[in-house]
Order: sequence, then C-alpha cells, then structure tokens
Amino acid sequence: MKKHTIVALLQDRPGVLSRVIGLIRRRGYNIESLAVGHSETPGVSRITIVVESEDVEQVVKQLYRLIEVLKVSDVTDDPTVEREMTMIKLHAPPAARHEIISMCSVFGARIVDVGSNTMIIEMTGTPAKVENFIEVVRPYGIKEMMRTGRIAMVRGARGHNAGEYVEPATNGVAVPALN
Amino acid sequence: MTKPLTGAQIMCEALIREGVEVMFGIPGGAIMPFYYAMWDYRDRLRHVLCRHEQGAGHAAEGYARATGRIGVCIGTSGPGATNLVTPIADAMMDSTPLLAITGQVGSHVLGKDAFQETDITGITMPITKHNYLVKNVDELAYVFKEAIYIATTGRPGPVLIDITKDAMQKTTVPNWDIKLNLPGYKPTYQGNRRQIREAIKLLISAKKPLIIAGHGIIMSGAHRELQEFAERLRIPVVTTLHGIGSIPENHPLCIGMPGMHGWVHVNRAIQECDVLFNIGGRFDDRVTGKASTFAPHARIIHVDIDPSEIGKNVRVDVPIVGDARLVLQALLEDLPPPSELAELHTHASDWMEHIREMQDKHQGKQQYKNRAAMANMALPPHDVYEALSRTLNARGNYRVVTDVGQHQMWAAQLIDWNHGPRTHITSGGAGTMGFAVPAALGVAIACPNETVWAIVGDGGFQMTNQEMATIVQEGLKNVKVAVINNGYLGMVRQWQELFENKRYSGTPLSGPDFAKLAEAYGWKGITVERSEDVQDAIDEAHATDGPVLIDFRVEREVNVFPMVPQNKSIGEMILSETQA
Ligand SMILES: Cc1ncc(C[n+]2csc(CCOP(=O)(O)OP(=O)(O)O)c2C)c(N)n1
Ligand SMILES: [Mg+2]
Repeated sequence: MKKHTIVALLQDRPGVLSRVIGLIRRRGYNIESLAVGHSETPGVSRITIVVESEDVEQVVKQLYRLIEVLKVSDVTDDPTVEREMTMIKLHAPPAARHEIISMCSVFGARIVDVGSNTMIIEMTGTPAKVENFIEVVRPYGIKEMMRTGRIAMVRGARGHNAGEYVEPATNGVAVPALN
Repeated sequence: MTKPLTGAQIMCEALIREGVEVMFGIPGGAIMPFYYAMWDYRDRLRHVLCRHEQGAGHAAEGYARATGRIGVCIGTSGPGATNLVTPIADAMMDSTPLLAITGQVGSHVLGKDAFQETDITGITMPITKHNYLVKNVDELAYVFKEAIYIATTGRPGPVLIDITKDAMQKTTVPNWDIKLNLPGYKPTYQGNRRQIREAIKLLISAKKPLIIAGHGIIMSGAHRELQEFAERLRIPVVTTLHGIGSIPENHPLCIGMPGMHGWVHVNRAIQECDVLFNIGGRFDDRVTGKASTFAPHARIIHVDIDPSEIGKNVRVDVPIVGDARLVLQALLEDLPPPSELAELHTHASDWMEHIREMQDKHQGKQQYKNRAAMANMALPPHDVYEALSRTLNARGNYRVVTDVGQHQMWAAQLIDWNHGPRTHITSGGAGTMGFAVPAALGVAIACPNETVWAIVGDGGFQMTNQEMATIVQEGLKNVKVAVINNGYLGMVRQWQELFENKRYSGTPLSGPDFAKLAEAYGWKGITVERSEDVQDAIDEAHATDGPVLIDFRVEREVNVFPMVPQNKSIGEMILSETQA
C-alpha cells in the first residue's frame, strides 16, 4: 500500500480529531504519523496525517463529509516541504561525547540537555534525514526517543490558507468553541 | 423575549421554532428536566411515550420518511441512549433526518462512571452525520438550530445532541438571533452545468439508455421532474428498493426493481444498456451484485448530493454533485427540442420493446408462484400480496412499511406501487429487523387520514411488537399489521436451503398466537390459514375502526425469486431452487 500525506484544515471544536481518526480507522488503514496544531487562523486547526491507504481519494471525500472539515488534500505528489522532529536521549559517557557532538553538528542537531551519562538531542529535518540521523546515533545506545508526526506545507502560492473559510462569528454566544 | 429560561425550556422553544410537533421517547433520570419543561408545552409539542427507545427511534424515522421532516426521538442517559443506537445507525444508512436527544449525567461527574453514564457521543460518532455534547446552557439554542439544519439539509441524516442534566436545569436568557457558523458544511445543490450538458449529450447519443431512480428522487421530491424527463427522452426507468414510488409502476416507462431480488429483465437491461443514468441511488451492493461486472457496456452518469458516493462503488463517466430535483430541472431546461430527439426516440422504443420481451419471457409478477412446487400450498405468501396489492390500489390513500426479510422483498416485488413517493417505507441500507411496527406508529401519526400497513415477518415482529401498546395509548386507529408468519427467520433459512444444504441452524422460529397477542393489546386479531380467507381478512381490517393485526400463516418454506447469489453478477440470476 502506498503511503500518503494528507493535510487538512479543521474547525477547532471538541471531538473533531476523534472524528477524523475514526473515519480512517473504519477503513482499517494504519496511521503512520499524525500532527495537530493551530493554523495561522484562530479557530482553525491544521493536521498532517501520513497513512497507508489503497484508496486515499475515497478517504479524502469521506473526510469532507465531516461537518468541521474545511479542506482536505492528498499532497503526496505535490511539491511540499515536510518536516519531522525527534528528541533522543542517548547513552553518552564522557568519552563518547566529542564524537557525538561532531555528529550532531553535521546533521544540524542540537544538544538540549547533558546529564552525567546521557545527552538529549533535538533534531529537525525531512523524514529521511531524521531517519538517517537516528540510524547514525543508534550504535551509541538510544535510551529514549520520541518522534513527532510529520508536518507538511505545499510550496508556492497554492496551499491551505484557513482564513478564507472562516467568517467572524457574529452570534455572540460561544460559537466555535462548543464546550 | 428577555425572560430567563431553563435549558430544558430553551430546548422546547428551539424545537417549536424549528417546526417540530411530535417527539417519541422514554424519560429517565438524566433527561427528567426536559420532561419537566415539556409539560408546559404539551399543547404544541406532542410527546409519544414508546415502550422501548429503539421503537421511539424507528417511530421518529417513520415520521421523517413519511413527511420529509425531521423526526425527533428522546432517551435518557446510559441504556436509554444505547437503545437508540440501532435506529440512529438505520437513519444513517438510509439518509433519514433524525434528531436524537439524550440526557447525560451532570457535567461535574462526566467521565467518572457515574450512574447511567455512557459516552454516547463517542459511541455514535461513526453512525451520525454529526453529534454534540452540550454542557453549557448558553449553547443550547445555537446547537439545536445547527443540529436540525445539519440533519435536514444536504444528504439528510441523524444528529444526536447529548445534554448534561445541569445544562438543562440552569437558566439563561436565550439568544434566538442565531447565525450558523458552518464554514465546513456547504452542500452543493445545483449541478455543474457543463456536466449536465455532458449528460444530455451522452443520453441523446445512446441506443439503450436506462435510468436508475434511487432514494434521492423521493427525498428531494423530484418524482414529477423524473417522470417528465423520462417521458421527454422515452427512457425506461428502474426503481431501486428506496426509489419505489419515484414513478408509478403502471407507467409505461417503469420497468421495476433491480438487484439481488430485482427482476430478470431489469438486471439484464442494466447489463445490456449503453448509458446508465443513476439519479439519487448509491450503487449499493444489493443493487450492483459483483460491482466489477456491473453494467459492463454502459457509460455511467451519476447524480448524488453526496460527493463521496460518486465513484465509490462503480466507475463513473459523468459525475454530477447536486440535489436530484434541481439537477433534473436543469436537465429539462437544457434538453434540445423534440425534433432533435427523434433518433433517440426510435432507439429508445426498440430498446423498450426488447426489455418488455425479456419481461414477458422471464417475469409475470406472480410467475414465481405458479411453480409446480407451490400448487398444493394452503397459503402461498404470494396470495397475500396479490390481495393486498389489489385492495390498496383500489382504495388508495395508504402507506406501507415493511420490515426486513423475505416478506420485505415480496412486498417490493409483488405489490404494484402506483401511488407515488413515500408510500413504500422500509429499512434498506441497514436492514434492521424490528423496524416496521414502530416505524408504522410514526407514519400513522404523520398521516392520520391514511391507512398505514406494516408488513412484517414473524421474526422481526417479535423484536419490537410492544409498540402495539403505544399505538393503542395514542389512539391510532389507522394502523394495520400483516404478519407474514412462516415460522422461520425466512430469509436466512432461504440462504441455508439454497447454499448450505438445508442446515437450518438457528432459523426455525416459534411464537405466541399473534392474533391473541394483538387482542391482549386491545387490537383486533385475525388469523388466516387459507388463501380463500385472505381477501375477507384484509377487508375486515379496513372496515375496522381501530388497529388490526392479521396473522397470515403462510407456507413455511417458500423462497424469494428471482435471486442473485451473493457476489455474483446481476446477469446470473437464479429462478428456482433447482438452479441454486
Ligand atoms: C436486527 C437484525 N438481526 C438479524 C438480521 C438478519 N436477518 C435478516 S433477514 C432475517 C430473517 C427475518 O425473519 P422474519 O422476520 O421472520 O422475516 P422472513 O424473512 O421470514 O419474512 C434475519 C434474521 C437482521 N437483518 N436484523
Ligand atoms: Mg419469518
């Protein structure tokens, strides 16, 4: 099955993420990564999902059925910038530190914590680069690791601006945040 | 209005503002504040106390299907809410505008496994068009308006509002000056004009064109436009199970039902046609059979209001997203003058002749009764339908609700559906046994001046027949129930007979004396065991000013034919047991 990167803009209401995930789960597709956060427009969340799917067009159409979904697109074949971030707590006794530090500078990774026998390294890059970095430091002994979901943005003028979807609420009562 | 109201009062006012007149439900702890408030509105908001929340849900569905308006059902938290799950799922599958209102435990104990707490918004997320958990009284007026708007517009569907008890009890001054904020919900009603012209071009160049009319025709009220369009182009029309009533079956262009238990000539026509124009049907697998073999020679035009239906099950050449009625109106506007349709008309009448020839060869409606095997039966089910069809068509002014199983397919096949949209109401997409009796209750309330027949199997009847009491309590005299009593979960038994070597595992079924049961509920109960008595019983039911049940003890092992075996092409129908 092909991996697809889907970008979606969602009205920020309770349960919306659960609806999106539920719809993908229903098809039995595995979500490889997921990132959620604010977009540039208040009240609109933006997510990037990486999913293995045979029929992503249908998934996209069904996501549009959800009331709070403003825009969805499969950007797999679009020109995009994609990034992931990882934090790695590495076994780093004093003798190994020098080597680790120079490795980090090659990858543009940052050392954000140093303990007596450990270091926490933060690294951001394309998914491939993050993958690569992890393999390079693995021999030192990874004690802990956390990778974020991938985030993606289409290059150039096209893309996912949320502002065009949202009218300022005139109702006064708790409109967008329904809880 | 600047008076502060309780949340529960706001709920009542909001429903009245949206034109709701009837609600079906059962009270309980968490929803009690709503029932408290309802008492003051009882002259404007009729509450029908059902005997089971599933019944309340199906009754609301019946009301909605008969009228096109929103059906409202109510349950308390926990089991009250979970009992609504089946009708909600049913409404989702059959695009029925349903509002389910459930009480929830107090917001301060939410998520703490409080008494009768269930995460009903979580449970119903995949089976609702949308749902809400409301904890704040200030949101109620807005949420009710939005919920009903969502349920009734675009592709209709069920919406659930779960309200914490304290949100119903607190007071606030409601703001009725509501502007909906739904940037992600903008249904497309007008079809794309270019695609519409493309569709016309295809249809006009066709030699064997065919229309499939689905539920969308009924829901959008497009039956007149459909008939005019078919007549102007002289294209034969197929009506799906939910499309029944789109065009009268005695109209010369109507050729009947397709699919698993559709007619041979209809399925063959689909397999032969060169342009297939589906309006408001969703190419359900019960219609298409094995999808990859469906309509192999056809270019397909598909009109649906839900873009996610287009291209879902079959490939489509001309997709048109829009409301069936508006699209048909646009099609009619753009049709060329009759002089340019002459060639199409010639082809179409040759084609129609060919279809009718196939029909004569493979199907008279009652042909499947006239098999040697059925000659000596005291009461073949077909005789019941023949009499019902004759009587209903002679009397008019009726609605029929069917349940799920053999009796449902016979009803679709054997009754002549000549009396317009919303006269045939059934559980199609979900196939929910137990639908018919409670749905008939809702239909009877919606259509007090019509006779409402529920045709139901002995299995499905025993799932929800307690609503007979509700029908009595509500004083509904226009409900008649025909139990097609074959002593089996018949449709399952049929599959076991045909494909599982008659292993009748879990299908023989006993029951009480249904006529006596009906009498116990205060109904008239009639038992019929012989064909000669069918007509008299039906006449007596009509003559009785009150609810009547007829227990038709039909021959037990009769099969529904023709039939497309599961996963086979619709071109491969079997017509009798020996072909299975
Ligand atoms: C709630 C539910 N449970 C099970 C089924 C599976 N099922 C489909 S048809 C059928 C038999 C129905 O029997 P009956 O109501 O007697 O109708 P008949 O087929 O005999 O006319 C069953 C069990 C269903 N559709 N719905
Ligand atoms: Mg039965």
